[in-house]
Amino acid sequence: MADKIKFAFLLTGGCAGCEMSLVDLSESLVDVLDHLEVVFWAPTVADVKYKDLEAMPDQSIDLAFVDGMIRLSEHEHMAKVLRSKAKVLVAFGVCASLGGVAGMANLHPRKALFDTAYIDSPSTDNPEGIYPQPKCVVDGKYELTLPEFCDRVRPLTDVVTVDYMVGGCPPHHEFVAKLVTAIVEGNLPAKGSWLTGGKAVCDVCDRNPANEQVNRKTITEVKRVVDGNGVLEEKECLLQGGYLCLGAVTQGDCNASCPKVNIPCRGCGGPMPGVTDFGAQALSSIGAILENEEVAERMVAKYPDMAKMMYRYSLPASLLGRKIKGQ
Amino acid sequence: MEYTPNIVGFACQWCTYAGADLAGNLRCKYPPTIKLIRVPCSGRVKPEFILDALAKGADGVLVGGCHFGDCHYKDGNRKTANRMILLKKMIADMGFEPKRFRLEWISGAEGQKFADVVSEFTEELIKLGPNTIVEENAA
Repeated sequence: MADKIKFAFLLTGGCAGCEMSLVDLSESLVDVLDHLEVVFWAPTVADVKYKDLEAMPDQSIDLAFVDGMIRLSEHEHMAKVLRSKAKVLVAFGVCASLGGVAGMANLHPRKALFDTAYIDSPSTDNPEGIYPQPKCVVDGKYELTLPEFCDRVRPLTDVVTVDYMVGGCPPHHEFVAKLVTAIVEGNLPAKGSWLTGGKAVCDVCDRNPANEQVNRKTITEVKRVVDGNGVLEEKECLLQGGYLCLGAVTQGDCNASCPKVNIPCRGCGGPMPGVTDFGAQALSSIGAILENEEVAERMVAKYPDMAKMMYRYSLPASLLGRKIKGQ
Repeated sequence: MEYTPNIVGFACQWCTYAGADLAGNLRCKYPPTIKLIRVPCSGRVKPEFILDALAKGADGVLVGGCHFGDCHYKDGNRKTANRMILLKKMIADMGFEPKRFRLEWISGAEGQKFADVVSEFTEELIKLGPNTIVEENAA
């Protein structure tokens, strides 16, 4: 069929969970595949190499998804190659759009990251203390290379122009189904926008007191899930129960999957449209509903790293972007 | 060149901004380090504004609002107070000296207090030295 959409999927620094959520479409994916011709899906699914993508003519791919943040020089290179080949580039999932969980690495110096990964972790056996090197010579004649470790994690948007962003870690498969249908039908908003239903997690959450026409009360307690305080009532708002839930400022395309199973929202959906700095907005809205300063002090004491709490998925895309050295 | 701190100030129009006006009328002396931005209420100051100022190289940020009970919008300053406690911790986690940020309640009658706060803050920032984030990011 000549009018099939040429489709590419590139995994950069992510975990391939976003690709799983596309595969999770199950039967709907079969219908969609009638409209898609997969020309590149690497390194996870299709048997194509990076050089095959480099050999494709520019602008020859209609739609490209990227999942994962930019961590290595290889990711940056491939993202740039894909950008030149693709007409529409979608940052699929929160890693590509905002940096994701791995973005919290920006709060630690490179040495600490390497020490944890290659020396200190209990499963590591590295008595000689060898770190990965970008280049090494084996047997005195074979030069082998590895991609370079960039000095910080960046979202895809920092490296190339991105046409659309999709939040979620991973995006919920029901939302992916809607999304893919919209793309196949050519029903897309202006470039540069988030692809979202536009509702916050609280909006779609069964625990929202507004569902019962009750106003949310201010927060007087501070609890953490790890402390094991038991389970809240089925319809009780997690925030009101004392748990720090970021549902109010997060895109709710997940249908509030986490609050449904007693887990407070951590903001993987990305910010509501119009917000530039997710963590600052989250902090602002939580701060406004605390009962008094004493509760705020208790919250600070309870959560030892406020930056990691508020920027769990969005640190590299925040205004500061990383930890600043000695200011 | 001698280092003079660059302070971004957010002043509530009902209290601190009027206080700054009064400081001028009273001919109070304070260093010309503060760039004052008038806001309707200290509750209008999103934490994002403060992070933006620091990210763009401001050496210090001052937020000024009304004393508790004086807020024109009843509880805007209380919300600010809660937010700023969380924010102070967050900017410390991001590597900034929390002293670069200051929250003060200054009423319209406290012109002298405004001048004192700015003088004191300026001295503190001189001790801390400049915010080098812009140079650091460019490197």
